[in-house]
Amino acid sequence: MYLLYNCYTQNQGIIGFKSIMKILVPVKRVVDHSVRVPIKADLTDVETANAKMSMNPFDEIAVEAAVRLKEQGIAQEIMVISIGNEGCQETIRYGLALGADSGILLETEQTLSPLNIAKILKQVVLEEQPQLVILGKQAIDDDCNQTGQMLAALLDWPQATFASKITVNAVQQKLEVVREVDGGLETLLLPLPAVITTDLRLNKPRYITLPNIMQAKRKPLINRPLASMNLNLSSTLSQLQVEPPKERKPGILLDSVAELVDKLKHEAKVI
Amino acid sequence: MAVLVVAEHDNVGLKLSTLTTISAASQLKKPITVLIAGYQCQRAAEQAAKIKGISKVLVADELYYQQPLAETMAALVQQLATNYTHILTPATSYGKNFMPRVAALLDVEQISDICAIIDEQIFKRPIYAGNAIATIQCLAPIKVITVRITGFGLAEASDQVAVIEKLNLKVAEPTVKFIEFATNPTARPELAGAQIIIAGGRGLQSAENFKLIEQLADKLGAAVGATRAAVDASFAPNDYQIGQTGKVVAPELYIAVGISGAIQHIAGMKDSKVIVAINKDPDAPIFKIADYGLVGDLFKLLPELEQILDNES
Repeated sequence: MYLLYNCYTQNQGIIGFKSIMKILVPVKRVVDHSVRVPIKADLTDVETANAKMSMNPFDEIAVEAAVRLKEQGIAQEIMVISIGNEGCQETIRYGLALGADSGILLETEQTLSPLNIAKILKQVVLEEQPQLVILGKQAIDDDCNQTGQMLAALLDWPQATFASKITVNAVQQKLEVVREVDGGLETLLLPLPAVITTDLRLNKPRYITLPNIMQAKRKPLINRPLASMNLNLSSTLSQLQVEPPKERKPGILLDSVAELVDKLKHEAKVI
Repeated sequence: MAVLVVAEHDNVGLKLSTLTTISAASQLKKPITVLIAGYQCQRAAEQAAKIKGISKVLVADELYYQQPLAETMAALVQQLATNYTHILTPATSYGKNFMPRVAALLDVEQISDICAIIDEQIFKRPIYAGNAIATIQCLAPIKVITVRITGFGLAEASDQVAVIEKLNLKVAEPTVKFIEFATNPTARPELAGAQIIIAGGRGLQSAENFKLIEQLADKLGAAVGATRAAVDASFAPNDYQIGQTGKVVAPELYIAVGISGAIQHIAGMKDSKVIVAINKDPDAPIFKIADYGLVGDLFKLLPELEQILDNES
């Protein structure tokens, strides 16, 4: 039997829980979820030039989760980090407007695989010493679902992926994380330091207001060339082609339920 | 050199996702070894030994594999990895959890969610919610792969029985602890292997109305799915969600009720053999991918459908 003390007051934290000094939230800049990305005519890649860009929605949930932990007094400081071109500054500013305290951009034009990103983040963790890293379970562009798990492995930290609830177990000085898995919900008791990846139901990120945006402009954002980290970031992967998915044959509209049942029975033979 | 399939199972039997993954692995035309890590998992191992194309079954039977944690699974697979050219596991919440950890421990890149195998190095996988299919070449010495469970059909049984070998590898006890698994008990088939799926969207309007979907599912012996909108509105539990970030399904028959057809939802079901759409909006994008469409009020059409099915049975 374990006891759970989740009675807290704003900023005082949870009785008996030693608060987390720093949370690192890696955020990715992706094509906005509402944009239907076209494929280039030469089938080399998708066309993302001039597309509306946003913070990966799962990473936005990660920032919101960190901000809520801070508001509950469970954590003290939140740092967001992005790796990519200059445009990522905008994504970091968005994270700062959501409530993060500071940001780092590791600037590069290189396309990086999840393993490379995990190696970079490991280096950042060693430098910044967060006790918790929260990030999205996947990015909605490459849909890889790898980076958090890889980072946890490289750091030899425990992980809780696909989180839909994070609470504190003060007696054990650990986090309780509910995970969305096939067939139901799994709860883990997670010691710190650790990596958590977020699922959709963890929270609904707040709307940012104009004052939030103004405040965010005054928060520290460090811009550092990725090359200064001196990491070997080669890749064994190459994208040979990008093609549209197979189109389905156009279907037909039916007039009645009876006709539908007839088609399913005698034409499609599926019931 | 052989190929390793890390099996998803419940100790007494293999999940269908494992049969799909073995089917994918067989395209590599190499001997296949299946790893069963579990607790008192002999029956799952015996089932694996009777599948076509399997040359060996490895069993890691320890209490700490009863609830497979990413930390222990990755440590185990890492110790076996150098004997194989490819390591495959299903791209379900089971495989997605530990496989990238394996890849990072081996310092190789992972290829997620493959839907086709071109050769030993080249694979296809969906990106941008399935709006595009990327062909990826991987030159890593060990290919670490998760398999999209709708892409490959099911491996068949064999009249030969592969050898079962007990492993004696130790991994460190995990620091993370499993507390509980809360499930939604249902007599309906699992979404992943269902022949028929009926899914509801925002058009159902309430959790109460969502029961219409469940009633119809029970008439047809179908599994029940939902869109993100329906799950977010609490019409249906989380693990009903089908789509880019939820489950990926490909049943014989998919009936989409009150679903407009957002690209994120379509990403999870468009490989279904026959798609039926019931929606009041004739311009809903779901009709573009449906084989049969009914435009109208679902609250009138669903009871009618139930009635006809009742009369015929």
